[in-house]
Amino acid sequence: MKAREIFERVAARAGHEAVFALDEAAEADAPADKAKPPEAGRDASFQARPADLMAVMGALRDEPELQFDFLQNLTAVDWVKREVIQVVYHLFSYAHRHEICVRVEVPRAAPHVASVVSLWPTANWHEREQFDLLGVVFEGHPDLRRLLMPDDWVGHPMRKDFQEPKTYRGMPTSRPSPMDLLVTYDRAHAPKPQVATAPVPAKTPETPS
Amino acid sequence: MSELVLVNGEDEMILNMGPQHPSTHGVIRFIVHTDGEVISRAEPDVGYLHRAIEHIAEKCTYEGFMPYTDRVDYVCAMTANHVWASAVEKLAALPVPPRAHYLRVISDELNRISSHCIALGAMAMDLGAVTPFPYALREREYVNDLLEELCGARLTYNYHRIGGVGWDMTDAWRDKVLRFLDHFEPVIDEFDRLITMNEIFVKRLANLAVIGAEEAVAYGLVGPNLRAAGVAFDLRADMPYATYGDILPRIDWKTPVGSGRMGQTGDAWDRFWLRVEEWRWSVKILREALDQIQATPRGEFLIAPKRLRPKGDAMARVEAARGDMSCYVVGDGTPNAYRARFRTGSFNAMGLVREKSRGLMVADLVALIASLDIVAPEIDR
Repeated sequence: MKAREIFERVAARAGHEAVFALDEAAEADAPADKAKPPEAGRDASFQARPADLMAVMGALRDEPELQFDFLQNLTAVDWVKREVIQVVYHLFSYAHRHEICVRVEVPRAAPHVASVVSLWPTANWHEREQFDLLGVVFEGHPDLRRLLMPDDWVGHPMRKDFQEPKTYRGMPTSRPSPMDLLVTYDRAHAPKPQVATAPVPAKTPETPS
Repeated sequence: MSELVLVNGEDEMILNMGPQHPSTHGVIRFIVHTDGEVISRAEPDVGYLHRAIEHIAEKCTYEGFMPYTDRVDYVCAMTANHVWASAVEKLAALPVPPRAHYLRVISDELNRISSHCIALGAMAMDLGAVTPFPYALREREYVNDLLEELCGARLTYNYHRIGGVGWDMTDAWRDKVLRFLDHFEPVIDEFDRLITMNEIFVKRLANLAVIGAEEAVAYGLVGPNLRAAGVAFDLRADMPYATYGDILPRIDWKTPVGSGRMGQTGDAWDRFWLRVEEWRWSVKILREALDQIQATPRGEFLIAPKRLRPKGDAMARVEAARGDMSCYVVGDGTPNAYRARFRTGSFNAMGLVREKSRGLMVADLVALIASLDIVAPEIDR
């Protein structure tokens, strides 16, 4: 099914104001389209209003002609200049072999998105990872804990303005560059400038033993 | 390595398995709640191998990130190279010469054979059958030698490039691959006789940790695990990339699916058998690709992009040894990626372990993990 048809079907089911900004994305192999806006993608996508996310996702999964049964990827992008975090869902349908990308934008200061674990159980770990790395809070997630970072880690390291703490539990989180160490070593071991040495006698040619 | 904690007042015991446990295929920890031998819940604790590869992608150029993709999945590094190259090529709309596509297919399939050698050999070993492991590793050594001759590395290849591949193959190398395939085909049958159809092994794995089609799709299992559950979906056939679209119709491709031959569809034996079948198909794909590549002009294997400053985002999917590996890359007009995300087969499979482990015996948890072909660095990235 074409992206426009998918978009219209979702709009009919979830409400016309729930979805917007359809990007039909010309064929991926076509040369880069100069007329496209700079942030346009290569995959067909549309945006959903955060408040209507569950209705939109429910329509995408349950509508018999859409039947997006596989949440292929779930990720989040920190657009620090625009002050938003964009949660990106890539959906695929095994039944119809079509795919679509859904984006949701939430304010960076309070990134709250509804959890889709109830629709696709695989979202459980994906959402935990995005919570861990970007601090997106998935409302209604059954077990929203850090996945990759230690449980007592402070902050979300994939945020663009994340400042890495100097130490973690007394261990330094960074180490000096080996090149800097080399310079320090060379300075410490530099040969002392020698004064007025006698001329070195010419070496006798070595005989092969 | 393992410690026992009795939960006060109950029969339930908490058993710590890992992180350094020989049968967890890398550094993973399981917090196993058991009552005697029967598991009530095994909670995976991952992150021990988190090297922040997605963060590194933001710090180096598109071309410079290629060696890091090897480390996403070091057992099948070629496909990780491939998915990064295809994602960036899609993002920047770059051309790739046909010979490079063939070389990518050939290197991917060789790597798939060697990866399945590890998967199958290690799975048999985890269950106590040590003999098949050296047999499988012997074959993997041949593949490593071939790949070393092609690209100079045995494990982390860094062979694919954005816009092609790093080096062309020689005729002598092509002959070596063909000789290897002649040798390898009978080995698959030997492997079947040795372990796949071995009665003890079949009895051990049949009807164990059954994952049905519906559950597999809901939990996002991909690749051999999904096909073993009875879903006939293979990216190479159903969404052909590179030159698979030219190769597969010529070899009468039929996606192998689990059929419950020894028990129920989607049991651990199906997952084992399916990987053996994939060996057979990889051999056929390799023969056809090595035949078709002769028609492509020699030496045209790379169109290096001049100034890579793409904008927008793109998602690429490649069938890796552990299934659909996806890379989502966002560009903002600078030489570095703004965001990159690798979604790997083991990550999805691991999300299912907690559900699937309920009611299993402790020894069967090992069989479940091995049959899902978990590779720890692929989970954590």
